[in-house]
Amino acid sequence: MVMCHVTMLDGSQFPCEVEKRAKGQYLFFKVYEALNLLEKDYFGLSYKDNSDQTCWLDPTKEIKRQIRNDTWQFAFNVKFYPPDPSQLTEDITRYLLCLQLRQDIVSGRLPCSFVTHSLLGSYALQAELGDHDSGEHRLDYISDFQFAPSQTKEMEEKVVELHKTHRGMTPAQADAQFLENAKKLSMYGVDLHHAKDSEGVDIMLGVCANGLLIYKDRLRINRFAWPKILKISYKRSNFYIKIRPGETEQFESSVGFKLPNHRAAKRVWKVCVENHTFFRLMTPEAPTKAKFLTLGSKFRYSGRTQAQTRQASTLIDRPAPYFERTSSKRISRSLDGAPVINVTEAQELAPTSGENGREPGLELSSDSKDLDKTQEDVLKHQASISELKRSFMEATPEPRPSQWEKRLTASPATSLRLQAQGSLEEEITSILFSKFACESGLVDPGCTTTRRAAEGAVVTASGPLASAPLTTEVLLSTDESKPTKHQRCPPSRTQEPLPDLTVDTVAKSADDKQKSGEAAWQAAEVEIEETVVIEEIRVAPKGSVTTPVLITPVAMETEVEKPKEEVKEEQKRPVSVSSDSEEEEEEEAGEYHPQVTVSASVDQIKEEPEEEEEEEEEEEEEQQVNEEPEPVAEAGPLPTEPQLAPVAEESPEDILVTPDEAPNGHAESREGHHGPVALEEQEEEEPRVNGDASHSETERLPQVICCSEPPVVKTEMVTISDTFAAQKTEIATKEVPIVHTETKTITYEAAQLDGSGDGEPGVLMTAQTITSESLCTTTTTHITKTLKGGLSETRIEKRIVITGDSDIDHDQALAQAIKEAKEQHPDMSVTRVVVHKETELAEEGED
Amino acid sequence: MAGVMTGFGNFTHAVVRAIPSSLAKEALRMNVLDVDLVKAQREHEVYVGVLKHKLGLQVIELPADESLPDCVFVEDAAVVCGDTALITRPGAESRRKETEAMRRALKELDLNIFEMSDENATLDGGDVLFTGREFFVGLSKRTNQKGAEILADVFKDYAVSTVPVTDGLHLKSFCSMGGPGLIVIGSSEPAQKALKIMQQMSDHRYNKLTVPDDIAANTIYMNLPSKGHVLLHCTPEEFPESAKVFEKLKDHMLIPVSNMEKVKVDGALTCCSVLINKKAKV
Repeated sequence: MVMCHVTMLDGSQFPCEVEKRAKGQYLFFKVYEALNLLEKDYFGLSYKDNSDQTCWLDPTKEIKRQIRNDTWQFAFNVKFYPPDPSQLTEDITRYLLCLQLRQDIVSGRLPCSFVTHSLLGSYALQAELGDHDSGEHRLDYISDFQFAPSQTKEMEEKVVELHKTHRGMTPAQADAQFLENAKKLSMYGVDLHHAKDSEGVDIMLGVCANGLLIYKDRLRINRFAWPKILKISYKRSNFYIKIRPGETEQFESSVGFKLPNHRAAKRVWKVCVENHTFFRLMTPEAPTKAKFLTLGSKFRYSGRTQAQTRQASTLIDRPAPYFERTSSKRISRSLDGAPVINVTEAQELAPTSGENGREPGLELSSDSKDLDKTQEDVLKHQASISELKRSFMEATPEPRPSQWEKRLTASPATSLRLQAQGSLEEEITSILFSKFACESGLVDPGCTTTRRAAEGAVVTASGPLASAPLTTEVLLSTDESKPTKHQRCPPSRTQEPLPDLTVDTVAKSADDKQKSGEAAWQAAEVEIEETVVIEEIRVAPKGSVTTPVLITPVAMETEVEKPKEEVKEEQKRPVSVSSDSEEEEEEEAGEYHPQVTVSASVDQIKEEPEEEEEEEEEEEEEQQVNEEPEPVAEAGPLPTEPQLAPVAEESPEDILVTPDEAPNGHAESREGHHGPVALEEQEEEEPRVNGDASHSETERLPQVICCSEPPVVKTEMVTISDTFAAQKTEIATKEVPIVHTETKTITYEAAQLDGSGDGEPGVLMTAQTITSESLCTTTTTHITKTLKGGLSETRIEKRIVITGDSDIDHDQALAQAIKEAKEQHPDMSVTRVVVHKETELAEEGED
Repeated sequence: MAGVMTGFGNFTHAVVRAIPSSLAKEALRMNVLDVDLVKAQREHEVYVGVLKHKLGLQVIELPADESLPDCVFVEDAAVVCGDTALITRPGAESRRKETEAMRRALKELDLNIFEMSDENATLDGGDVLFTGREFFVGLSKRTNQKGAEILADVFKDYAVSTVPVTDGLHLKSFCSMGGPGLIVIGSSEPAQKALKIMQQMSDHRYNKLTVPDDIAANTIYMNLPSKGHVLLHCTPEEFPESAKVFEKLKDHMLIPVSNMEKVKVDGALTCCSVLINKKAKV
């Protein structure tokens, strides 16, 4: 057990003992429980990292692994400032928001004019002291309060003058008035980050509910509303946003900013992802996690969105909870009665007034005894509330430890964090194995339109490793396609099987074209933690194709047995849903796409599958063990956990997809579609890599499908722009950004069978991510099962990140990794190998 | 006490200044045009008369200064918002002294006065568009980044966004507020471009009223207790097409005000007054 100290908004310390391995949410839960706070989603716990930067504690991750130091010191803060506080349900929530804003004002984070300082100060006084009493309140009662970063006598007089005008206002009303005025301030809820533009000019990035604001000194020089932003990414210490083209513009443009270091870039990226999700989406993007094989940062916002929390708030049905305001000693304070003020008490408070930016009296919190009784009652009451809450929270994804997390925590390997600093070289290699098992298939007429846009995106990177010198990724992908008895798409056996192994070059070239546009961008993101790998393999409608999957029958059983609570209307017509979204988003290959419609982004929050899903996965795992000749978890340098999660659909109802997932998934999967590709490779390709990983691969693989990027990636699309709005449109983005790394990405691909080539992206059945780490390699295995047309397909992608200095034989490590992957999945074929090598040229690694 | 950002268009006072005879020959202008001094003075009298008599504002009339040919355009000398006034540093050197009389007048009105003492900063009030929720500052021949920064520093409550002004003298040479959340905008390409930028930069949505003539987009909006929405705009004689557009504003009390002579020296309607909302002391 470890003792955590949480500084509350009223300045008090909340000690809390947690398990050493406790996750952030545990502590968070303890805190809001102590506060008796239900509308908790606006709040978060922050901590200072080693460089004294404030970070948000991720509820889904272990505390210990986040704080990286021994001071278990946190602060309870508002994380998402509600644009309209009057829509908050409870006064206690508003009260806490007021406290946060008072802190923000006093610290200068929220700048105000003289008049506003005075006005807000007067409401704070009214809330805290009640009506001004000229008989008892001498002018100096106020000097103990802090209203502004620097407070003049003149201001204090003004505050008193205004305070007098609030007579009769209850504390709750005063808080509400305070918020009504504070919310209009231009910097309300804006989270500022220092950055530089392309010319090295100091600017500030402001993340808020509406989007991203760019400031130079105090001036707003640009603004990117969330709907304008297609993608948010970061690479090294650069932070990029991709902008939706305006009415008159034809192309998307990207804007890059230089952050002080990698961590800062990641931090701003995270905040953007969270704010976008919270304020713009109806639900977090968790559903998509099932869809994609994603590598890199696993980070996604996992809490409730504003929409969800508002909805949740409507169910709050409790008497307004008693809570102490800052001047907690005044017993008479009740929620709505005008407080009876006792001057002597007010003066007692005086000495406690904070020079440290705190309101006076803030420190006095929970020491009064009679309060405890009330608390108890309240807590009792809250228990029922939490019941209620829990019951409807179940509808939304709540963080839950996944199998993998559990397993990982047990594994000694996990404790090995790669923390190599000052890397000189970095290499990422992705290898994609793919196995097809088609018993029969469907031909969808739309198949010819399949595209390979996703390939460009196969470049991946991972956060913690970003600074590590060498990264090698191996993507291992297996496809198993089975007929389904889906009523809507009965296997169309009447279709002519496609001739074996035709490579659809047309599709490819078109795709390449597309890629050339995207490639540059994607290349730029190579190091971004957040790049997504999407690989969809379409299986030709062949009766004859390769090995029928052993798994199938078993899987079916499992599926059938499972009670499906998730059956939704939409699932029965995933196809139509998908095509809608496809149109909009076809070019997007992954990443965090902050659009409401898109959720193209990969969700890597593997740690919280829904309960049902979890169970499902468990069962699948068991099956897996049965079916797989190979032991599942291989010890060794490449500890992968093959999870051929089999899903066979008996009926549409069995599809384990929430309505949210379906459209999202479709949108993405489309991109991943490969044109019809030859099949025969799958048996032959033996990527035995010896010395030179890339080259040997090239030779061995019968078809090198694409080498999507030139060895040295010039990230042409990206501009570290000067952000002047006026020029922004014209400047567009043809400059080469400052990227201090040299990246090399080579993709090898086996020809793939892709007969069914239906334009439809298929329905995601399950997805899993497994991560394991050893000394210099980190293996991430993604297993997804998709139902497309009549085929079920399993794909395994492994990303092996090899990090190390030049004294590690990267090629050797890669060869070993590929070999092991092959050994583990003897019945699969490699469909793609992406080697990404990144060499850091100038910067010292910051992570 | 009104809260932050309430009462857009509420004014009680106006500061104006008489036209010096030097205006005809010496006032700065972008196009060489002859100004009929007498006509201009009469025009200005009508303008002041509207403020004073028709709208009932308390008008502070500063005397003309012959050494300051442009002094009638008081707007450039100060930016007033709420109880706060920023005395500017006009971009044209010949106009710097115009601020002195303005400063005195505003001090007398008991406003919180801020100075723009930085010698690298320039700012003309004509480049400052206050929408009620935020400021847009035109970066023009007369106003620079530093000036805008100082303005942002003075009016901390509000977002201050910069808008490049490539054509025309000032930002308000082609736009103004026509009501709460209503931007009147000229139809020229630069004007439309500036509007786009403003829309992009803003967290708020604005309606727009597009008029064919850029300079006709310069109007004066007020919201007066006894009169409701009031809009001073160009006359049909000057800009017949634009004047028609204003007639669409059914809720507004429309007052056409001639500006035929002053416009020759780039003076627009807003240029000739500084409007102030001075609440009665509690």
